[in-house]
Amino acid sequence: MEYTIRVGGEAGQGLLSIGNALTKILSRYGFHVFSHQDYMSRIRGGHNFYQIRFADSPIAASREQVDVLLALDINTIELHRHDLRAGGKIVYDAASLGTKFSDQEFLDIPLARIVEENGADQIMVNSVAIGAILGLFGLELDLFAMIIRSTMQKKGEGVMATNIAVAQAGLDYIGQNYPEIGSLKVVKPQSKGQMLITGNQAIGLGALLSGCKFFAAYPMSPSTSIMQYLADKALKYGIIVEQAEDEISAINMALGASYGGVRAMTATSGGGFALMTEGLSLAGITEIPVVIAEVQRPGPATGLPTRTEQGDLFFVLYGGHGEFPKVVLTPGTPEQAFHLTNKAFHLAEKYQIPVIIQSDQYLADSEWTFPGLDTEHLQNEDFRLRDEALKGMSSYKRYDQSDNGVSPLAVPGASRHLVAVDSDEHDEEGHLIEDAPTRIAMVAKRLHKKMPLIQQEIAPPTYFGPSQAETVLVGYGSTFGVLQEVCARLIERHLIGLLHFTEVWPFPILEKFDYVALLKQAALTICVENNASGQFAKLLRMETGFACSANINKYDGRPFLVDTLLGEINEHLRGL
Amino acid sequence: MSTFEDYKGQKPAWCPGCGNFAILSTLKKALVDLNMGPHQFAIVSGIGQGAKLPHYLACNLFNGLHGRSLPVATGLKLANHDLTVLTVAGDGDCYGEGGNHLLHAIRRNVNITLFVHNNQVYALTKGQASPTTMAGTVTKTQPFGNPSEPLNPLALAIALDCSFVARAFAGASGLPFLQEIMKEAINHKGFALVDILQNCVSFNMVNTFHWYKERVYRLEDGYDPTDRVEAFRRSLEWGEKIPTGIFYRNKRETCEQRLPPIRAMSLARQPVFRPEARQEVDHFY
Repeated sequence: MEYTIRVGGEAGQGLLSIGNALTKILSRYGFHVFSHQDYMSRIRGGHNFYQIRFADSPIAASREQVDVLLALDINTIELHRHDLRAGGKIVYDAASLGTKFSDQEFLDIPLARIVEENGADQIMVNSVAIGAILGLFGLELDLFAMIIRSTMQKKGEGVMATNIAVAQAGLDYIGQNYPEIGSLKVVKPQSKGQMLITGNQAIGLGALLSGCKFFAAYPMSPSTSIMQYLADKALKYGIIVEQAEDEISAINMALGASYGGVRAMTATSGGGFALMTEGLSLAGITEIPVVIAEVQRPGPATGLPTRTEQGDLFFVLYGGHGEFPKVVLTPGTPEQAFHLTNKAFHLAEKYQIPVIIQSDQYLADSEWTFPGLDTEHLQNEDFRLRDEALKGMSSYKRYDQSDNGVSPLAVPGASRHLVAVDSDEHDEEGHLIEDAPTRIAMVAKRLHKKMPLIQQEIAPPTYFGPSQAETVLVGYGSTFGVLQEVCARLIERHLIGLLHFTEVWPFPILEKFDYVALLKQAALTICVENNASGQFAKLLRMETGFACSANINKYDGRPFLVDTLLGEINEHLRGL
Repeated sequence: MSTFEDYKGQKPAWCPGCGNFAILSTLKKALVDLNMGPHQFAIVSGIGQGAKLPHYLACNLFNGLHGRSLPVATGLKLANHDLTVLTVAGDGDCYGEGGNHLLHAIRRNVNITLFVHNNQVYALTKGQASPTTMAGTVTKTQPFGNPSEPLNPLALAIALDCSFVARAFAGASGLPFLQEIMKEAINHKGFALVDILQNCVSFNMVNTFHWYKERVYRLEDGYDPTDRVEAFRRSLEWGEKIPTGIFYRNKRETCEQRLPPIRAMSLARQPVFRPEARQEVDHFY
């Protein structure tokens, strides 16, 4: 069993409220839910939609066809009507939209009139619509009422009761006027409720549970909700969330705070990351731990501000002048984003390097359901030298030439030892130098000694499929869910597997898993990327010498959807 | 008690006769007077000749990027407000490359002290116009004379209600006064800007030591630094006579005081990990 609901309308019509409420209700019932949002860079008007797919088995991608289309404006009907699956329904309010459709897939529900009859505010058409949709699927209002009571408490009993009453009216209207619709009725799962989380929330939660104490950023879609999440937790857990004047300031503030002894982070999108690259390089030479979330949107320049792309891979890999070690992690799901954020802090602190979590709008805003997150095995170890540890030291040098390149990281002011860091090349004490032998020794320490150790920390790609695959799909980052589903659908008739990378720099070594051997024995290898130039395929070739035999690239600012991608892969399979 | 010798740092690489030497020794004297041990404060700087200063005295230091000293100092102070944080910058560093950060540091009012070595020229890059170079000054990159008017950092700061605004002169006659101003600025609770006029013996042949010496004078006894309008009026005075002293000070609440998460204790003193935050996972069900 699986269904897709698409809610369409103008910005400002409450799509987000309807979508959020429905995903919450469905996940609490125990359904597996996946939602994604398609919105324009504007506050009012235009056309946006919120799509929810729910099923009784795990899902992690969106599909093209919809079972229920809730049209809050006439534009939605024109744009999406052709996506309706046979037997699907379009829910709309003929009076409000000013047009009556007679085709049998249309369900006219007087959303506005129901609100009026209940003496409610027009904003509550959203609640009527939620009631109607729940009615269509044969569900009840119990969870809706619970959500209203937990989120609208401040608005008072009257507002809560009216919302529930109009939702009931919407649900009843479906039952009374369209009793013949039984085809969409679902059976509630026996399992307990699922957790529902977006990619950005998972990064925020991961940072919180990894001891992030300082977060500075400049708001930029689609990264901003990470800052919002942490700001919401700031008081409870002692975090400073500072909105900087620009991204240059944001990363420099984070470095100042990290130098001061606390775990620090920033987040941005491509344009902001461009401004941060100078500071990234500063983190490199000063060896100050910092975590940066780069949540991509399509460029160049302002590009498509609210849409998705994997176009910044090379930019992030090579961002920052000069040569210094960094780590780039590319989660494919919120669960991976959570764990990789923990890993980002762990590696940043352990090796005193910048670590970048690269995500994109699709992962950032999409909601996934999971049975839960493992918070028992987080890697939280404090690598800094604080009060007691410092008191016992007879001398201290910030850039002490240790065997493994990792020098002791002391907190300034915590003892009599002075902590000096410099953006110039420096000696062991942190004072600027220009002589060649010290320069060579410092490059060796920062880069040559640390890099092999960092390389060992990088997890190999995950492989799903037969050991002797004829076809291997290759991907990284947010395409994980859709690739996994496509692969699962093809595996019945093909010897096909999926090789997916979530840790891309340093590029995974072959000692842990010889994925190149796996690729070499396949007749067809297709690298699937949400960008125009196939950056990951190029990276794979640069690092391993292996060239994929085909590429599928999508760069329209939209995510891959299951059915279209299936079609494209089938084209390649036919050529086998 | 700390002594002058406690602050001995690396050997300065400045030109002989540079005004930076006087600023460095005066800062050491001010620190002795304040009895602030080298480990009790940090100096953040950017890039420029003046920005090398923290290497030349014993202290915690963060010598970062050109123009970016204030964001680093802000992050450091917000992470550990028990530490005294000083920032040393040049006119190009702070008023040019980092101009935007200055505006917002003044607005934010984090309790840090900014000393600007203002020699009205880019010295490290060998003599181009800086944001405070006077209009018409001919340089190798401004062969027709600098077409821009100079920035007035004091007027700018007072217009933004900067918590502490002062100007000093780094010539021998002005040093005891500079020392007093430095102490006042460091003790002030809030963002303090001290613009320090200094000569550049290598690249500024217009605003020489004598040029400044003939012009600078102290704001008169009885001058009221809490009168913002008067402070603004006096900050506009520049030319034949150049006033020095504390132009303006106010008692604005600091950023640290306005941030509830650090009211009881600095971030650096709080527990590194908060295992109870695991309960936040429950909010996603």
